[in-house]
Amino acid sequence: MVESFFKRPPRALPPELEDERQRIQAIALAHGLDIFETVFEMCDYDEINMLAAYGGFPTRYPHWRWGMEYLQMQKGYEYGLQKIYEMVINTNPAYAYLLDNNLFVDQKLVMAHVFGHVDFFKNNLWFAPTNRKMLDAMADHAVRVRRIVDRVGESPVEAWLDVCLSCDNLIDPFLHHIRRDRKEETGDPRTPSVKFAASRYMDSYINPPAVIAAEEARLAEARSRPDNFPESAVRDVLGFVLERGRMAGWQRDCLDIVRNEAYYFVPQMQTKVMNEGWASFWHTRLMTGHILTDSEVVDYCDHHSGTVAMRPGQLNPYKVGIEVWRDVERRWNRGQFGKDYRDCEDGPARRDWDTGAGLGKEKIFEVRRTHNDVTFIDEFLTPELCRRIGLFTYEYDRRAGEYKLESRDFEAVKEKLLFMLGNHGTPRVSVTDGNHANRGELELTHEYDGVDVQVQWSETVLGNLARLWGRPVHLLTRIEDKPARMSHDGLQFGYEGPKITGRT
Amino acid sequence: MILNIESDLNRFRNIVRGQVRKDLKRYMSSGEMIGKQGDKLVRIPLPEISVPRLRYGKNESGGVGQGEGEEGDTVAGAGTEAGDQPGEHTLEAEMTLDELAEILAAELELPRIEPRGKKQVSSVRDRYTGIARVGPQALRHMKRTWKESLRRELSGGGYDPGRPTFVPRREDFRYRSWTSRTEPQSAAAVIYVMDVSGSMGKEQKEIVRLEAFWIDTWLRANYKHLETRFIIHDASAREVDRDTFFRTRESGGTLISSAYRAVDELITAEYPPEEWNLYVFQFSDGDNWSSADTAQCMSMLRERLVPRVNLFCYGQVESEYGSGQYIGDLETSFKDDPTVVLSRIPDRTAIMQSIREFLGRGK
Repeated sequence: MVESFFKRPPRALPPELEDERQRIQAIALAHGLDIFETVFEMCDYDEINMLAAYGGFPTRYPHWRWGMEYLQMQKGYEYGLQKIYEMVINTNPAYAYLLDNNLFVDQKLVMAHVFGHVDFFKNNLWFAPTNRKMLDAMADHAVRVRRIVDRVGESPVEAWLDVCLSCDNLIDPFLHHIRRDRKEETGDPRTPSVKFAASRYMDSYINPPAVIAAEEARLAEARSRPDNFPESAVRDVLGFVLERGRMAGWQRDCLDIVRNEAYYFVPQMQTKVMNEGWASFWHTRLMTGHILTDSEVVDYCDHHSGTVAMRPGQLNPYKVGIEVWRDVERRWNRGQFGKDYRDCEDGPARRDWDTGAGLGKEKIFEVRRTHNDVTFIDEFLTPELCRRIGLFTYEYDRRAGEYKLESRDFEAVKEKLLFMLGNHGTPRVSVTDGNHANRGELELTHEYDGVDVQVQWSETVLGNLARLWGRPVHLLTRIEDKPARMSHDGLQFGYEGPKITGRT
Repeated sequence: MILNIESDLNRFRNIVRGQVRKDLKRYMSSGEMIGKQGDKLVRIPLPEISVPRLRYGKNESGGVGQGEGEEGDTVAGAGTEAGDQPGEHTLEAEMTLDELAEILAAELELPRIEPRGKKQVSSVRDRYTGIARVGPQALRHMKRTWKESLRRELSGGGYDPGRPTFVPRREDFRYRSWTSRTEPQSAAAVIYVMDVSGSMGKEQKEIVRLEAFWIDTWLRANYKHLETRFIIHDASAREVDRDTFFRTRESGGTLISSAYRAVDELITAEYPPEEWNLYVFQFSDGDNWSSADTAQCMSMLRERLVPRVNLFCYGQVESEYGSGQYIGDLETSFKDDPTVVLSRIPDRTAIMQSIREFLGRGK
């Protein structure tokens, strides 16, 4: 597959790197990493940019946005602004691409880093439902879209894909982890109760009057309840629309593809901090403990510090991740957990706390199996750590027209961080009514959490959603904490709510 | 065989050029890449189309950052997203002004500036760019000569690797050759005018600063001698140095005519139009004090300023308080005048588009 992408024979690792790969892999395994078979491939920068533009997958359906990404990466490289050292994709076997003009020491670092990622892909719970044959699935999607293009033409398909893509964040990140459609234990409330056939003398025994009465009452109650559709809010808006929207067959096929790919990338978003932190944790451990030679130390340090560098306005997932992992390992090695430690309020004693527990390694492997970013930060970011890595919150100051550092308070930082990690900038929206006003209109509700949706973009998205749904669409939300309602019937946008001031 | 990425790339280019899918034009912005010039961070424009998605109003939400700083400090670079490609590193590249201008020209497809006719005091400069078979001995190109000689020996079969000696003959000699290039020697002066009345906020100034930086970069690449002057005004105008220009925050009313008077005086005193290519860039939120003053402005422009400059550019930034009336007044008065360019700059993303409007005419 990779071969046909590059239109050239595969370039395996050169012998000296192949030796290193075997050595690094052996060391990684000895440290307890558990990995898929990993295929390394050498690429020049053009090829790696191409792959990166496609999100790591050599074959994707035709779309302008890959071209845009490619152009940006290439300009970035040409102007010397950014460089991709490595890419690894979550498949089995895992594929990893190395940039061929990296320094030798960089190649070793990257391989160690890649093994960290692959271990994480394989063992983290949140990756468990992902399709490990995604390489094939993506290629299959590409074929499907190309066939549709042959049938209906390029522009309509592309335009439709844009419509689908603009809604591809309206999905349920926990879809594969929580069964939401579980029926009530008592069965469907609408099935009429049937008395079991029984002879008269057995009747009161087989159909006890108390049970029958309770059943009648339940049915009467169910009948009096308004007919909700869906019964409870559905977060997988895209799935709901896919099943019930009015669209042509090829359009449904495209939507299915977009939704499928969106779900594939969900765990990567859910575990960004952990995953990058884990890979960085292991590349430092392996490099400094085993792999580096004396002459490579400076280049290694240079590269590593670039990876974990902090920029004031941005959160570097590599940096936060590696620090939390190290802290977890250290704390569990020193027994800094449990009630005794938590209740200790003596500063120096806390600092020097060391029971010699030595549970660090066991703990980090346990954590990498079960946690995602939200639970990871929630459980393991401590006030000490927060202070040490210099986290702060910032807010937009309208009067000055710029961002201002707001607080270094632990609780505030944690809250904001969890908010960011919990939703990735996407407001939580669910389908609350699939037959609004009994006119087949779609009603969505935004779970308002204090931050407004951006109105201009909502307008477009609702318009697109109306096209997917085939009937008008409504969004219930709050603007400046007052109820608001946006509607789109496919042609026109309507808004009821407080006046929108400034640019939100 | 064309790689898939090539067709995706062409597709994107066609969309950017507005040849297909015109509906996407709305979501196009100039994405940014950050480079460094001296100690300054510069943003390099790249076309970008965002897929519209339901999201939070970003300005309101803030975020979490890392690093030094006290409460209340400005957080630089906040609100931008970190690279989310695996293993992608942002390097801060040092760039020269020439490189920046080149990038600008490539990204914005700006035409080179052609200085105005009579002011084109051009000088001829020779540059050694090629190789010729004849020429003075002083310009003999030894390496090429030996190469030619070796080639001849090899093809003639006379070359003996065991005893690699050969002598260049007459036909082997190569000489450096030059081409003469006419370079406009004309000098240019740029006068920046900014409204610093109370309604111009920090963000508005930042927009002006960014835009002025790129304009400066571009003009510098086109003119050998470039002088820049800065005039700020509220109800009265004065000339200031560069630093003050971008930092001052004044308050008070706005009389644009005061600035025009200052520009007029400056041109008369120091930059006679016969010798200088003159550019005037005016930035304001378009909120002039009175219509009487606006009328006066129009007549000053028509009689004193526009006839004497290469380009009069007016960029209107959007502020929460301004009426933004002025650009409309200019539009009516100078509708068909190619010397007057008007541009609206509602936010940062519009900067590059505005530069294209200003400088896209090659004047």
